[in-house]
Parts: sequence; structure tokens; C-alpha cells
Amino acid sequence: MSDSMPAAARADVIHDIGYRHYDGPRLGRGYATRSLYTLTLRGSFGLGRSIKSKILPMGLLALMCVPALIIVAVAVYLKSGKLPLEYERYLSIMDFVIAVFVASQAPVALSRDLRFMTVPLYFSRPITAGDYVRAKFGAMFSAMFLLTGVPLLIMWIGSLLASMSFSYNLEHFGFGLVAAALYSLLYSSLALVIASATPRRGFGVAGIIMVLLISSAIASIIYFVINRHDINAGFQVHESTAAYWANVISPSGLVDSSVTWMFKLPTSGASGVPSTLGGFVFLAEIAAVSVAAYGLLVRRYRKI
Amino acid sequence: MPDTDAPLYPRRYGRPVSVIITDNLTKRFPRVTALDRLTVDVQPGVVGLVGANGAGKSTLIKILLGLAPATEGTARVLGLDVATEGAAIRERVGYMPEHDCLPPDVSATEFVVHMARMSGLPPTAARERTADTLRHVGLYEERYRPIGTYSTGMKQRVKLAQALVHDPRLVLLDEPTNGLDPAGRDEMLELIRRVHSDFGISVLVTSHLLGELERTCDHVVVVDGGKLLRSSSTADFTKATALLAVEVTDRQSDPAFDVVGALRERLTGGGLTVTADGGRVLLVEIGSEDTYDLVRDAVADLGVGLVRMEQRRHRIAEVFQDRAADERPDERPDERPEEATSHV
Repeated sequence: MSDSMPAAARADVIHDIGYRHYDGPRLGRGYATRSLYTLTLRGSFGLGRSIKSKILPMGLLALMCVPALIIVAVAVYLKSGKLPLEYERYLSIMDFVIAVFVASQAPVALSRDLRFMTVPLYFSRPITAGDYVRAKFGAMFSAMFLLTGVPLLIMWIGSLLASMSFSYNLEHFGFGLVAAALYSLLYSSLALVIASATPRRGFGVAGIIMVLLISSAIASIIYFVINRHDINAGFQVHESTAAYWANVISPSGLVDSSVTWMFKLPTSGASGVPSTLGGFVFLAEIAAVSVAAYGLLVRRYRKI
Repeated sequence: MPDTDAPLYPRRYGRPVSVIITDNLTKRFPRVTALDRLTVDVQPGVVGLVGANGAGKSTLIKILLGLAPATEGTARVLGLDVATEGAAIRERVGYMPEHDCLPPDVSATEFVVHMARMSGLPPTAARERTADTLRHVGLYEERYRPIGTYSTGMKQRVKLAQALVHDPRLVLLDEPTNGLDPAGRDEMLELIRRVHSDFGISVLVTSHLLGELERTCDHVVVVDGGKLLRSSSTADFTKATALLAVEVTDRQSDPAFDVVGALRERLTGGGLTVTADGGRVLLVEIGSEDTYDLVRDAVADLGVGLVRMEQRRHRIAEVFQDRAADERPDERPDERPEEATSHV
């Protein structure tokens, strides 16, 4: 452009410059993948999309944060030296909101590209199927981690404001973040695999909700059935550790109980592990499901 | 001018004069052969790739983008090997798919900016190039509206814009006139012409209509059933395929007289190639300007009225019948190789 347009230096003339070639930098695959990551992450919260698409994800984010704010406010007001709730516990209580978020947003990340056939267009660019999955998986994980991490952050800041024990809260905030990361990893894995199977967003949403919530419900039922059986057999309720195996079919139960076990947090309800071996099995299951999901996604997009 | 009969090897590894070179390119699927030893040499300019649905056009484009491996043979795009340098090719090539690919809930600007960044353009450059490119394809104020509200013609322009936004050296346009009305078709073809003449970008454009490519392209490649039927400059093509449809009245004095037969005899006698087109219409191949005179004189000699005499283009199907009938009289594949692959 530089030598072909010497006349452009005269500022007082308007030129029809016609077509201009681009000879600036081309930043390649890594940059393209990051761009796709950013777009998807923003899209998960409705940013850069219509007002209508902002309502649900933003509403759910608010729903995650408001109880944390109330907890903090009450704790500060009552001058209690301790938050009434374990950080990790907060997430397992809010499990439903997390599940609805991932069910509504994973199809936004994947099904839209399938439905409007934008995927082949991406692959006519330098990025590969692997890059695409990396960007989408990363974005979904990050969105989930924000959703689960922000309320914990609110609780932690609240604990500082109320001059609670700094080291205790820092430590347990850390435990909470580990739980947040595991929820994000496991839920994103399951949700993205389901979303990648259908170009219909509605099917995706329904499928994810089914898998996440129904599996938890079945796990609870199994847990109580085994527990009841053990009670009838003369055991004490909290000694019936076998019932904790029910968590293997429940994503929320898996994360809840393995984090509780790893950091020796107080168990509540079904959130225990059957044994040390069981704890390792649970963690291994989370890892295996995530790796398998990632592999399935890469394979699925390689075919396109 | 490209010449598919000449050996390709001498220039293969030299300066990439050709934008696309394929050598015995073959793609077999378990049940069909989508491309069968295709050897073409495409020079800079606007090149048409013509073939019926299922002729292997989309398969060829996928291989050229380095997205599908060829079963046999080689292909180079802009001097880069499709088998090993796919990513480099995709950085320098633009692709406009045949199918819809636009999310309806974002604006043309947002979409094209995103696709520019997906091609590696930094954010500021992506925005500037998007504004420029959308203007060049003829989208102005409406570019801020969601794409879902656009007409088919406007959507096709957005698709073209995303293929051009990163200033590629070659664009592959897959059926860009699909679904457009005649006026929209003409505008799109004019735009494609300008992509080369004004923007200096080489174009490979596919179509199943030979007629519309004749007006736009410098060179036309015809494929059928994955095979190369013909590759020649548009001028050669038009000369060889332009037809004159001639329709005459009955002879007033003698209605039983076989006017069509007599006319055919006279024209054939004059050295013209004549085929019947059903009813009272004869198709005469236009050899030179003299053809018109010969037809006029023959009709006058017979003493009948000339109802019409109009130039007609070969539809692609007729080109196939001429060639395909000689080569493969028994076979006209019902399988559609493209359908096996079009859901990219």
C-alpha cells in the first residue's frame, strides 16, 4: 500500500481507494483458537448476543451470587466468627443452578454451530478439529468456573470484611475452588458431549438436564434404599458407607463426596466416600469421564 | 492458457504460476468414486468448475482445502501441497460454501469480524477489513442488522464477504448463485467478475449451469462423475457449444411436405452439424458467422416462414450426453458422490 498510494498524503482530497490488499500480520492458529475461546466464553453469558440471550445466563449468575451475599451479610451482622456454611457445601446446595446453567449454555456453544452449519466454515480456516474442541471446551469450563467461583469469592471477601480467621477461610476458599473446578470439568464434559450430538438446542438442553439431574435423583434413591436396608439390618446410619457407592452414577455426588473426602470436610447427607479406595475411584472416574468426553468431541469433529 | 493435455511436470515445482494443479487426483468412497484421475491446471483468473450435482465438485473443493485426503494423485494450491500444507493453504484461500452457514442472530458485521479473526487478522484489522469488504460486496446500513432478517441475495453477499475478508489469493466459491433470482444471479456474477478484475483475487467458482459461467469465467472446467470432460478457455467453449435453435413454418402450398427433414438435409449438406430438438425445432451448431447466412438461405430456398432463430447455450447435461455417451454408454451413475460428503 505504501508506495502505490503517494497521493494519499494530500489530506484535502477524498479518494475512492477501491480495493485495498491486506499485508499486515496474520496471527495464525493459536490466535484464531483464542478468538473462538473468547467469543464462546462471552457468548455463554450472553455478551455480544441479543438481550434475550443475556437473561438466562445472567439471571443464573445472579441466582448463584445472591445467597452468598445474604450469607455474608447475615454473618457480618451477627458478628459470628465463622461463615455458617462450608465453601464447598455452598456449591452442592446450588447444584441445581449450576446444572441449569450448563444445560442452557453448552448447546449455545456447540449446537448453534452445528445447526447453522458454521463448523465447516471454521475448518476452512487454519484451525483444526482439535483447536475447535480446545476453544469450546476451554470456554465452557471457564464459564462454569466463573459461575461457581464468583459466589465463593464473595463469601471469602465477606469473611475478610468480617475479620474472620484469615488462614482458615483462605484454606477453605481454596477447597471450594477445587470443588468449583471439578464441577466445571465434569459438567462441561458431559454437557458438551451431549450438545455436540444434536443441532437442536432444545434436545441438547433436555438431554443435559436429564443426565445431570435424573442421575443425581437415582443416586439419592439408591443411597437411601441401601441406608434403610442397613438400618433394618441393625447398623447405624452413618456407618453404612456402602451406600456412598451410589455417588458413582451422580455427577454432583461424585464431586461433592470426593472433595469432602480429599479435604476431610464434614460430610452431610450422601456426600461421603465408601472407603479410601472409593475416594480414589471417584476421582479417577471424574478424570476418566473428562478425558473420554474430550476424546469423543475431538473424534466427532474430525469427521466433519 | 491452461492445456490439460500438456504434461504438468515441468512447471510443477517451479514458481507457482498455476493457482491449482491436480495430477491424477482420485477420491474413492466405499461405494462411489467421487473423483476419477482428475488432472487440471488452473491459471490465475476466474475459472468455472461445471458439473451436475454429484459430479465431484464439492469433493474437489474439500481436497483442495486440505480437509479430506485424496485416495490417489496429488494436488497443489498456490504452489502448496494439499496433503501436507493444508493449514497454509487455508490461510491464503477463501471458501464460500454452497450451504447456509450464517447464524441468524448476529449481524453481518459481527459475523464477518469473527471470521476475519478466525483467519488470523488482529482485532483492529479485522474490523477495518470487515467494513471494507462488506462495502465491496454491496452491504451498507443493513450490515448492523441480524442476518436472520436478510434476503437470500444479501446472505450470499455475507457469505462472499467472509470468504474475502482476509484478502486471500484465491477464493473457492461453491454454487454462489444458488437460490438467487435472475437479477440476483447477474449481480452475484458481476461481483465475482470484480473479485478478479478489481481485487486481483483468483476465483474458482462452481455451478451446474454452464451458461452463467460462460459470461463470468475466463476458463471453464467441466467434470462429470468425477472425470474431467473438458477444460478450455471460455472462448473455445462458447464457439464449440453455441447452438442456434431454428423453427420453421409448414409450407403453405403443401402442408404434408416434411419441411424439417428437408431443411436438415440442406443444412447438413452445407457442412453444419444439426440435431433435432423435438417438434419443429432444429439445433444447429454455430461454426462461424456464416452459419446464420446458411440457415437464412436454406429457409428461403424452401419457401417457408422462419418462426424463430435464436442462440442457445448448451445446458451442461447436453455436454455430458455428447461426451459421456461415447465413453460410457451403459453407465450414468445414480449414486451421488456429493451427497456422501456434502454435510461437511
